[in-house]
This record gives sequence, structure tokens and C-alpha cells, in this order.
Amino acid sequence: MNVTSDSPTGTQNIQAAPLASCCEIAAAMDLADEVIRPADVASYVVAGKDGISDLHLIVRNMHCPSCVRQIEGGLNGNPGVLTARLNATTHRLHLRWNTAQTDAASLVGVLADLGYEVSPYDPVKLAASANTDDKDLLKAMAVSGFAAANVMLISVAVWAGLAQDMGEATRALMHWLSALIALPAVAYAGRPFFRSALSAVSHGRTNMDVPISLAVLLACGMSLFETTRGGDHVYFDASVSLLFFLLIGRFLDRSLRRKVESAAQNLLSLRAVSATVIGPDGSYVSTPIDSIRPGMSVAVAAGERLPVDGVLASGQTEIDTSMVTGESLPRPTRIGDKVFAGTVNVGAPVTVTVTATDEGTLLSEIVSLMEAAEQGRAKYVRLADRMARWYAPAVHAVALATFLGWFLIAGASWQGALMIAITVLIVTCPCALGLAVPAVQAGAVGRLLKAGILAKSGDGLERLASVDTVVFDKTGTLTLGQPELVDQHDIALADLKRAASLAAASRHPLSLALRRVAGPVAALQSVEEIPGQGLKATDGQSEIRLGRREFAGVSANEGLAHDGPELWLSENDRHIQFRFNDTIRPDAATVVSALQQDGYAVELLSGDREDAVARIAKELGITAWRHGCTPQDKIARLDTLAARGHRVCMVGDGLNDAPALAAAFASISPGTAADASQTAADFIFQGQHLAPVLESLKTARVSRSLVFQNFTLALAYNLIAVPVAASGLATPLVAAIAMSSSSLVVTLNALRIKLGHILPEFHNDRT
Amino acid sequence: MTALSFLIPAALFLGLIGLIAFLWALKNGQFEDLDGAAHRMLDDD
Repeated sequence: MNVTSDSPTGTQNIQAAPLASCCEIAAAMDLADEVIRPADVASYVVAGKDGISDLHLIVRNMHCPSCVRQIEGGLNGNPGVLTARLNATTHRLHLRWNTAQTDAASLVGVLADLGYEVSPYDPVKLAASANTDDKDLLKAMAVSGFAAANVMLISVAVWAGLAQDMGEATRALMHWLSALIALPAVAYAGRPFFRSALSAVSHGRTNMDVPISLAVLLACGMSLFETTRGGDHVYFDASVSLLFFLLIGRFLDRSLRRKVESAAQNLLSLRAVSATVIGPDGSYVSTPIDSIRPGMSVAVAAGERLPVDGVLASGQTEIDTSMVTGESLPRPTRIGDKVFAGTVNVGAPVTVTVTATDEGTLLSEIVSLMEAAEQGRAKYVRLADRMARWYAPAVHAVALATFLGWFLIAGASWQGALMIAITVLIVTCPCALGLAVPAVQAGAVGRLLKAGILAKSGDGLERLASVDTVVFDKTGTLTLGQPELVDQHDIALADLKRAASLAAASRHPLSLALRRVAGPVAALQSVEEIPGQGLKATDGQSEIRLGRREFAGVSANEGLAHDGPELWLSENDRHIQFRFNDTIRPDAATVVSALQQDGYAVELLSGDREDAVARIAKELGITAWRHGCTPQDKIARLDTLAARGHRVCMVGDGLNDAPALAAAFASISPGTAADASQTAADFIFQGQHLAPVLESLKTARVSRSLVFQNFTLALAYNLIAVPVAASGLATPLVAAIAMSSSSLVVTLNALRIKLGHILPEFHNDRT
Repeated sequence: MTALSFLIPAALFLGLIGLIAFLWALKNGQFEDLDGAAHRMLDDD
């Protein structure tokens, strides 16, 4: 909900005030976005007992510390509000109030007045199943950490005692104490690994968790056996600290995935608004999208995003389809025309009859293209899994060979041979490998989040790192997807203000563009909007018109030739031309040339007209471009590139790009993109700049090289440790030192991802 | 060596206190919102 757009001059006021808070500016930037009405949230209110109701909201434009105070303070001040608690990490707000004293609409109204956009969500649907998993891991980590510290404390005493002369009885006591701490801890903290290993084995496969479980269980069993017969060496410390290190890696991986999931859920539920259904008796009911059925009538106000696919049933308007087709100008729409969800009604209020998404519509075609395209990508195997594929069998083979070698060839006792085989399992255990990937990726995703980029998965990062070609879409990607006045300096300020005073009444993209440059103006009274034509009003005795050439009564040969959209203002036979072009993102040229310098091939695929595409391509220095591309054309081009051995990163935003985003090896979308595109993309970036594309590519490459460094370090450690262990020289002390130090080295190396600089533009963007 | 009879239980006891405190905090939702508390600190109410 954007309150500034309710008052015609609201935006201009904010732009004129340089000291406006971050949130007001954020609200102003989202001007052209859909309006969520307070009435929309009504269907998400959960009514409880005793007249107490609950509502869960996601606060969209919350960036600074003072937002928490403003929101909670503003809400708690209202009579009837029992709880208003904002989670600053997830941006989710929980409201509880007394129904007798206030209602949802007025509370959402309070938030709107503060300049916050909110959208409701269903907490049951975003259920915290992942969350409990997370907590279990954290508990297991705490228990194993506690056990590792205490067992290590006792073990150090035993090691010191072996060098000096600790009594037999004391050592036995120490071993029994270690067993007492370690065994319950292993039984509790080892469950995540045992479970996964068991399921792998029962399906006849092997994974990383099999050698881990084997090593831990065998080490514990053997150590208990040694303790009962009063032996010198026990491995309780090694088995619990092994679990501890591995749990850290697993937790990092898990919490990374949860952070990304919750951010993605927030993004998607932003669109989960309700539609206003017109009942058979003519009543207006706000209904959640998923309970809308074909045949229902839905009212769509001017400026609203269409919630459903359908056919226009009444009214005449213009529909902004830039999100679906990439076309930058609104299309006039009459009764009987098909309209699509996700497009914006910029003209007059209309009624839409809901249709099912049947075969042959644009949307169903795009959905089936996307499904086909995604199957290709599912073949990608993550680096860590590729590693595990040969590592686990190799570890088993080496341990078995060690046992057989000592038992059969060297003639050791079976206990002695088994003990040495266990040390091999312990030292080869993939502590470092288990940390190598998640530690780097968690750091990389955190760094990207700070720069306003949401990486949706860790393997997206891996895929992006091996990309060599970047393909851009035009409208909404290289450009901002909003028109901008070209000849501002050739037009008298008075004329500009005159035009803006008419435009204040309209939500047409060209009107919004005029208002942006004109500064604050008083809106004219009684402006009439004729859909598809323009605006007219009378001021005194003269009639003023703003709109198409014919509408303003201008002859065909007047004014300058222009290939983009234009508006004419006519008043008392004076004609003034306003020419518009789609705005290129401020740093697009810099980013494109930086990409080319870094050795990426850059291409432009657009669904727009030839001259518009050629102009942008020339301006940005892109030599390879295609125009008039359908979604199929884009996929075909990506397939050709893939067949030539290129790995392509697709950057696009429209619904028509969604199949290409799903088909490409990796993909990036701006935050303003269509639902389907954001779902298909691996990365989503916010703000007006294109630099996040560069930053994502750079971070991906840095993190890949860190992952490889970590693998190398872990491998080098194994090359030294395995021969030592297999030759029977590794005492528990050696195993403990080798294991901890390799884990530490790998983690410290991973932390270097945080050191690289983040491009400075981002800070300007998000302050 | 008699020192061991109370030093080891003391060490274990202190460690256990830490572990229980952590598990309590986890159950109590102390880690749900790590950023919010830092912001609320600035409230003057």
C-alpha cells in the first residue's frame, strides 16, 4: 500500500524534500506499483475467542532501524491493539487486537499512513517445518559441543599422563568418565547422520554419512571395549569432536537454505493479495486468490494489478502489459478482450469475468515452456555431491584395505587391526570437506544479501561461476521499463507544469513520467480521462487536452519525428510535443563494458521493435542483438549457444522471459520482475542499478575459487594423514590435532569471502 | 589426586549449566529475531 499515490502531489513533495527518511523514499520509488487496499487483508484475519483477532503481515519496504520503532510505536498507540511485534530479521509482523475496539482495515491504514507497504500471509502455509529441523540441528550441535569440550579436557589430561606417569587406576577412571559423557552425546547428536546413512544404505547407495556413521559408531564401540580391558588408547574425543565439526557445517548449510527460503517466501507472498469478487446480489466481497473460480466477476479499480486471467466484462480501459510481453506502452482494451493476471489496469475501473487458464492462452504456453526448460537444469549435480560420489567409496576401500593388511599380512591381532582401520576412518572423515562448501556459500549469500541481491540457492552460485555468456532482455532489465521525457530542456517549465496538472489525475505511465519531472503542481479539477486517447479539462473558457496526436487535434506533419511514445498538449491552438523514451538503467553501459572486459560475451534478446532494440544496443555497445523474439525464439537462441558449448546466464524480468530464465544455465531477475520470472531465476536483485549482475558474477567466481582452495587443502591434509594413520602411527592425540586444525584452516579460508568489497553504488541505493 | 574428585564434577557442572542455558534460550525463542533486539534498544519509552 502506497499512501503517497493517493494524493496527486504526494510524490513530488517527497522528492523535493532531501531529508525525507529512507522509508518514504522507498515508498516513493514504488509509485507505479500495485496498490494493496486495506480491505484486501480482511480475508487473512484469523478470528479467535473472546473477540480477539490475529493477522500476520509482511512489511515490504523496511530498511532501517527506526522502522521497528515507527511500526510498533504507531500500532501500539491505537486503542484495542494487544500485540504488535515485528521480526526485524524476517520482516514479518504479528498483530493481535480486540475486535470490539478496532479492525484490520484501520490498522493497515495506520501502516499505510506511515508509508509502509504490507501484504498479508498465511502463517500455516509458511509453516515452520524447516524451522524445527533447524532447532534440532542446533540442539545436537550444542550437545556435541559440550561433550567435545569436556571429553577433550579429560583427554588432554590422559595424553599428559601417558608422557609422565599417570596411574593405571586414574587413567581407567578418566576413560570411564569420557565414555559416560561421549556415549549419550553421540547417541543424541549423531542422529541426523545415522538417519541419513541408514536410508542411503537401505536404498543400496552410499553417501558421505555412511563413513561418518561407521567411523563414529566403530570408534565408540572399540573405545568402550578398550576401556573395559584397561587399554591405552581411546577415541571418544575424536568421535564427538568429529560430530561437532560436521554439525557446524550441516547447520550452516541448513540455515543458509532457510534464510533464502524465507526471503523467497516473502517475495512471493507479496503477490498473494485478494481479489474483489462481485456477488450475484451485487455485493463486493474480498476473497483470497486461491478460492476464486472460473465464471466469477472481479472488480479491478484503476491502478490495480489484475489478480486473475479473464475476459473484460464491462468498462473500457488501457492495460499495461509490460510485465507479460515486454511492450512498453499500455494497450487499449474493450469488452470481450482477454486480459492476463499480473498486468496493470492503468485506465478506468472495470469488471473482469474469470476464465480458467485453458490451452492456447499466453500464460499456459509460458508455463508449459518453463516446465520443459526446467527439466534440463535438474541434471546439475552440486560440487559437494560430485565430491561425495567418489570420496565415500574411496574411504571405505582404504579403511578395509588397512584392516586386511594389518590382520592378514602384518599378522596383527584383530583388535589391533580394527583399531588402526578406525583411525583411518576418523582421520579421513570429511570434516574439512563437510565445511568446505557450506562455509563459503553461507558467506557468499550473506555478502550478496547485504548488497540487495537474493541468491535463491547454493547451487545457483556454483552454476553462475562457470558462466561465459550473459544474455540480457531489454525492457525492464537493461531499461527501467518506465518512459522518461527526452526533450525536457526544450520545453518551457510553465508548459510542463500545465501538462502535469492534467496528468495528476491519471495513472498512465506517460502521465507518471510527466509528474516525475514537473515537480509539485496543483491538480486541475474535473479532468476527464478518455481511455486510449488522453485527458481533457476546462480551465476558465478554454479546453485543454493532453494525449495522442489526433486527440489533441495536431496534424500529422507537425513536430519532430520520434520513434518512441509521445504526448501532445493543446490549449488555445498552441501545440506542445512531449517525447518519451524508455529509461536505460543509470549504470547499464558501465556494467556491459565491464562484463565485456572480463571476457563475457554479451547478447541482447528482446521482444520489442527493431529500431528501439537497435538504439539501446548501440548505446550500450552490444553488437549481438535480436529483436521481435517470442519466448520460443529466446529458448532456441539459448539452446544454440548451449550446443556450441557456452554456458549462458540469462538476465530478464518479463513473463515472456520466464521460460528462457528457466532454460539458461543460470539466471538473474530484477526485483520488479513478474512472479514466474522470479520463481525461475536463481538470483533476484533490488534497486535501479544493473551493477548487482556484475557483483553476483564476481561473488560466484570468488566463492568457487575459495571452494576449490578448500577442497585442495582438505585433500592435502588427507594425503598426509592417511598414510600416517594406515601405518598405525596415529595416536588419538594426532587424530584430534589433525582433524581440528584442518577444519579451522578451511573455515578461516572460507571467511575470506566476506573481505571483498561490495560495489559502492549499492549503499546509495538502499540508504 | 583427591583434587580430581571435586574438580572434574565442578568442570562438568559448569559446562552443563552453559548447555542448559543455551537449550533454554533456544526453546524460549531468543534466537528467532537477532536484528530486532538491537533496534528496540534505541526505543525510548
